[in-house]
Amino acid sequence: MLPFEKLNIDEIVSEIKDETLLGIPADYSGVPMTFTKELIKKKVKNLKLYCLPLTTIQGDMLIGSGCVDEIEAAAVSLGEFGQAPRFQDAVINQRIKVKDSTCPALHAQLQATERSVPFMPLRGIVGSDLSKYRNDWQIIKNPMKNSGKEGEEIILLPAVQLDVLVFHASKADRNGNIQIGRRRELATLAHASKKVFVTVEEFVEEDFFENEVKASATLPALYVDGIAESKNGAWPCGLTGKYEPDYEELKTYAFAARNQNSFESYMKGFLNSENLQAAQ
Amino acid sequence: MSKSEIKLEEILISILCDLLSEDNHVAVGAASPIPGAAALLAKEEQKQMQKRLRVTILHSLRFNNFTDGARELFDCAAQGRIDTFFLGGVQIDQEANINLVGTGQYPKLDKRFSGSFGSALMYYVIPKVILFREEHSPRTLVKKVDFISAPGVSKESLYRPGGPKYLLTNKALFSFNKNNKRFCLEKTAPGINQSDIKKLTGFKYDLNTSIKNFILPSKSRLKILRKIIAPMVSEFYPHFAKKIWSN
Repeated sequence: MLPFEKLNIDEIVSEIKDETLLGIPADYSGVPMTFTKELIKKKVKNLKLYCLPLTTIQGDMLIGSGCVDEIEAAAVSLGEFGQAPRFQDAVINQRIKVKDSTCPALHAQLQATERSVPFMPLRGIVGSDLSKYRNDWQIIKNPMKNSGKEGEEIILLPAVQLDVLVFHASKADRNGNIQIGRRRELATLAHASKKVFVTVEEFVEEDFFENEVKASATLPALYVDGIAESKNGAWPCGLTGKYEPDYEELKTYAFAARNQNSFESYMKGFLNSENLQAAQ
Repeated sequence: MSKSEIKLEEILISILCDLLSEDNHVAVGAASPIPGAAALLAKEEQKQMQKRLRVTILHSLRFNNFTDGARELFDCAAQGRIDTFFLGGVQIDQEANINLVGTGQYPKLDKRFSGSFGSALMYYVIPKVILFREEHSPRTLVKKVDFISAPGVSKESLYRPGGPKYLLTNKALFSFNKNNKRFCLEKTAPGINQSDIKKLTGFKYDLNTSIKNFILPSKSRLKILRKIIAPMVSEFYPHFAKKIWSN
C-alpha cells in the first residue's frame, strides 16, 4: 500500500459538491487549471470561492461558467491582461455576491483557523468602506493595558475554515509530501482546510525529509488527502520554477471573455483541449 | 525608438525614482511596472554611489525578498520595515481616499474593478505611500470616491504611522498634507500648464509657490534605465518592457 492516497483528477473533482467553500490559490502559487477544467465540465453549482488573496483566470472561468455563488477576495483581475470580464459582468448584474476584502485579512482569517482561535485582530481597515459592508468583522477598543496603543480601535476577523483546497505543485515525493517552495501561503491554506487535494507535475522517488533544504520547502503529507498527477496542470497559468504562464493563451482568453457568447465558444475549445506545453 | 526620444513612461519612472533616494526599503505590489522600474533604477543608482537600497517586487522571483509566503509583505510592512510603497486607484479624491473597487453605489455598482488588494493595511502602516495613477482626468481625480478601499487620513486615536505623501499622474506631481487634508501641486508634465491641471482635476488643491515642469531623466540615467533596468523589468512585466523598450 502506498503511504498516501493516489487519485486521478476525476476523483478529486468528485469531492467538490454544490455549495462547497473552495480555497483558491493566487496566480503565483500553483493554479490547478486541469482540475478547474474538469470541475467546470461537472457543472458544479453555487460554489463559494475563498481566494488567498486573489484570483485570475481560474475564478473568472468558474464565474463565467455559472459555477459560483459567492466570492471572498482582495482582487479579481487578469493581471497584466486587465480586468476579469466575466467577474465584472456577474457583479454588475448581481449574479454573485462579493465579500470584498483586503489581502492581509484573507491571510489572518485562515491563520485564526490554523491556531484554532475564533478570531484574529488586524490593524488598518478601520474607516474604510470594506469594514462598513462586512457584518462578520467587528471593531473593538484595544483591551490591553500595556500592549499597543491604549484605546485604539482594532478590527477582529472571524476564523474561516475551508471545505476543500485544491492546488497544483511541481513534485510529490514517495511519501506524498508536496514541494511548495517559498509559496508558504499554500501551507496556511492547507492548515485551514478540511480537505486538501493536490495535482502535481510528477511523482519522484526521493524523500524530501532526507534533505534539509528540500524539507523546508515542503508541505508535509499529513495535511494532504489525495494527490493526482497532471502534466502542465497549471496551464495556461505558470508554475514557479517550472514554466512561465502561456501569455498568448491568456491574452486570447482575456479577449474572448469580454462577452458571454465569445467566452462560451472559447470555453468549448478549452474544455476539450489537451494541456499544451507552456511557453518555456 | 531613436536614442533622443524619451517616452512618457521613462519620465514617470525617473520622477518616482527621485522620490526614493532617501529610502532603505521600497516595496512594489501588483500591476505596477512603472513603480517597479523606478525602484530598481533607484537601487542601481544608489549602488553606484556606494549606498544600499533594498527593493522588494512582489510579482518577481528574483527581486522578492520574502520566503514566508504572501502574508510576509503585510507583516513586514506592519513591523515598519518598509519605507515606501505604491498604490493606485480607480478614483482618488480630495482627501486622498482611494477606491479600487468600482464606481456607483456599492454593492450595486455601475462599473466593477479588481478590488482593494492590500491597500486597507498598507496605506495605514507604510510611512511614505506614493499614489500613482497615469490617467489624470475628472473621472479619476474626484471630489469624493464612490467607495473607500482605504482612507487618506484617520482619526488620531487609530494606529496609523503611514499614509499618502505624493500623487503622480501622467500630467502632474502633487504632495499631500495630512494636516489640512489637501494635495498641493508641485510639478507639471512638459507642455502642461496650471490651467490644464485645474480643468483635468475633479478636486480642489493647493499650489506650491514655484511650480516647475517635470525634470527629464539625464542621459546617464536613461542609459542605466535602458541598458540595466529594462532587462530586469522584462522578467516580471514582459509585456510592459516590450511595449516601452523594444524597437
